[in-house]
Amino acid sequence: MTIEELEQIAEDARAKRQETARELKVCMAAGCLSLHSDTLKTALDEEVKRSGANCRVRGVGCMGLCSLGPLVQADPEDALYHNVTSEHAAELVAHPEGAVAKELVCSREQAFFQRQTNVVLENSGKIDPEKIEEYIAEDEYAALLHLLTEKSPNEIIQDVSKSGLRGRGGAGYPTGLKWGTVAKTVGATKYVICNADEGDPGAFMDRSVLESDPHRVLEGMIIAGYAVGASRGYIYVRAEYPLAVKRFSLAIREARKQGFLGNQICNTKFSFDVEVRIGGGAFVCGEETALIASIEGRRGMPRPRPPYPAQSGLWDMPTLINNVETFACIPTILRRRADWFAAIGTKKSKGTKVFALTGKVLNVGLIEVPMGMTLRQIIFEIGGGIPEGRRFKAVQTGGPSGGCIPEQFLDQPVDYESLRELGSIMGSGGMIVMDDSACMVNVARYFMEFCMSESCGKCIPCRSGTAQMYELLSRITDGTATLQDLELLEELCDMVSSTSLCGLGQSAPNPVVSTLRYFREEYIEHIEQKFCRAGVCECGKQREVLA
Amino acid sequence: MNPAPAVKTLLIDGTDVSASANQTILDAARENNIRIPTLCHLDGLTEAGACRLCLVEVKGTARLLPACVTLVEEGMEVTTHSSRLEKYRRMILELLFAERNHVCSVCVANNNCEMQDLAKELGVTEVRFPYRYPQLSVDTSHERFSMDHNRCILCTRCVRVCTEVEGAHTWDVLGRGVNSKLIVDLDQPWGTSDTCTSCGKCVQVCPTGALFEKNKVGMHAAKNPDFLSYLNEMREGLR
Repeated sequence: MTIEELEQIAEDARAKRQETARELKVCMAAGCLSLHSDTLKTALDEEVKRSGANCRVRGVGCMGLCSLGPLVQADPEDALYHNVTSEHAAELVAHPEGAVAKELVCSREQAFFQRQTNVVLENSGKIDPEKIEEYIAEDEYAALLHLLTEKSPNEIIQDVSKSGLRGRGGAGYPTGLKWGTVAKTVGATKYVICNADEGDPGAFMDRSVLESDPHRVLEGMIIAGYAVGASRGYIYVRAEYPLAVKRFSLAIREARKQGFLGNQICNTKFSFDVEVRIGGGAFVCGEETALIASIEGRRGMPRPRPPYPAQSGLWDMPTLINNVETFACIPTILRRRADWFAAIGTKKSKGTKVFALTGKVLNVGLIEVPMGMTLRQIIFEIGGGIPEGRRFKAVQTGGPSGGCIPEQFLDQPVDYESLRELGSIMGSGGMIVMDDSACMVNVARYFMEFCMSESCGKCIPCRSGTAQMYELLSRITDGTATLQDLELLEELCDMVSSTSLCGLGQSAPNPVVSTLRYFREEYIEHIEQKFCRAGVCECGKQREVLA
Repeated sequence: MNPAPAVKTLLIDGTDVSASANQTILDAARENNIRIPTLCHLDGLTEAGACRLCLVEVKGTARLLPACVTLVEEGMEVTTHSSRLEKYRRMILELLFAERNHVCSVCVANNNCEMQDLAKELGVTEVRFPYRYPQLSVDTSHERFSMDHNRCILCTRCVRVCTEVEGAHTWDVLGRGVNSKLIVDLDQPWGTSDTCTSCGKCVQVCPTGALFEKNKVGMHAAKNPDFLSYLNEMREGLR
């Protein structure tokens, strides 16, 4: 593959788009598919064939506004249709100006679209994720070709460092630093691993990226492989994401066919190949050392660090592990230059972040915003606020490792540091909005139940501590707890977070600690008055019966 | 001969200590008669770093570090005993006692139990957490040994000795979290195992009454895990 050949593929793909006067793009990512967008696409295809309209129907990735799916984008008029069903097919194909179509139009002018900055999601919803030509048509893979022929690995690492990119998996470790460490470590073989074991409840960022634009992640991995001197890559995807597995596997095959993977990539000395590894349903395998154990074919349990995977990882070799979104940032950073990326965001958190906005918010979906946007802007402008006239209560970020942030901090910017200060974490990007119908003790109990059942059982504080914390929280929610139980709970939170072996245990108490910090009165009400103000817990119901 | 590893000097509980660069804090402390409580650690087996009893404070690090796997560093200032550490260690034992059915008075390992000894040493006088009382079985199908899951603390010493020393890998862990369970081969009665060589190493390294020899109680049930150090010395000698 040469630059000229690549440009030819891109031109052919662009020309193909011009063949028809109109184009209908149907979302074929998991959100809309669960609302039968596949039957919709078939209906549209048949309608086009039947009517002979000068129109092409294409399956594309996620368009973001999942709650209004299935979504269809019509070009060149740039109209977005929501809640489209097969019955609308004829109207959309034949009468885009008609009343039926007009009713389905979803304004592009609304804050949900206007306030976003798309870097990772720039191709999402625009290209067919199952066709490599469409990705190439967006000028992608060109960055890889240029890098392989013109830049040294060290220059690439410096570019990544300059961009200020930090790990999108949650901890926010500087990506350039990690790459540099792996590059400098000596090893017979080196590995690149993409962590796609996204397991936080309510999080679907990585799944959407893999389903909508798999080549972007793959290109990021290949560039990383070149930069750190690795010859082999693995992507660890959870088995619960069959579509992501299917599309990424297809992407690997297509990339191999075009010579972006394999021996002597694009006639350079660099050889690299990627393999898919499917998880077995354990949340803890998102922890890097457990993930490595799982790839090696062992029981997915974490081990003490150091040594860090950068020094001794997969099969004791230097290993680079990054999250899906981190790799997805790489092609754009290198194509548009590091300072362009570094200009987005805040002083310490650069670039954009993809969030899965869910819960009690009007616009549920996938969003990408510049770092430093406030929670209020995300929830009330992009998210459209709380439905059914209810009051905002808290937003949960970072999944079971994160915390709940109450209303008084809604104007805090979203970046790694400020979220940590609030007792939560950035995490991988789950954002669950809760209204006044949520009981914060019950929320804490829910996340503790999750941690308890996902603890691997290796270290005592996490294995037994989460079970005891869950028991104590259950006592509080069913109205049988005493203030001593609360004291014991707080003592356990401190002990489990200070002594657990891996991140799962260390952060398991976070949902409890953060709700205790901001909603302590709810805990006290449950204990002293046997009263749940949200009416969720059993203790509240018993009280109603008595009254 | 490999060149001798570099020597580091550090401070453990205010005492100046020297150690080889490949030694852990635990090694260095023991050489200098500073006791750090351990439970999953056993000389001669790989470290699990799982019981968290050996956590120590190191100046300049906010996190507590497990002494069994943390290598010594020049100028390190280690605190092995503080009120915070003691409190956590007691809580870890409390959690263990509440997790399964540990009833010392009717246990074969009574007075020969490392967990019991540690509880005495660390002054665990009560268990504040609710006892979980799980329903667990006892496997007596092996002709010489028994496995009582009620007493198991999942330290995985048996798994490690069986894999690393005996080379049989009869033992492993099934399930996760509090539902983790030691299993034989493919979760079958011990007596039906094809891989078990009946060597009894697992019984000797078990710190509690979970694995025990049949017909032996009281002083006769004392475990003797010291064979591992002899084995290691022999291996070193052969090298």
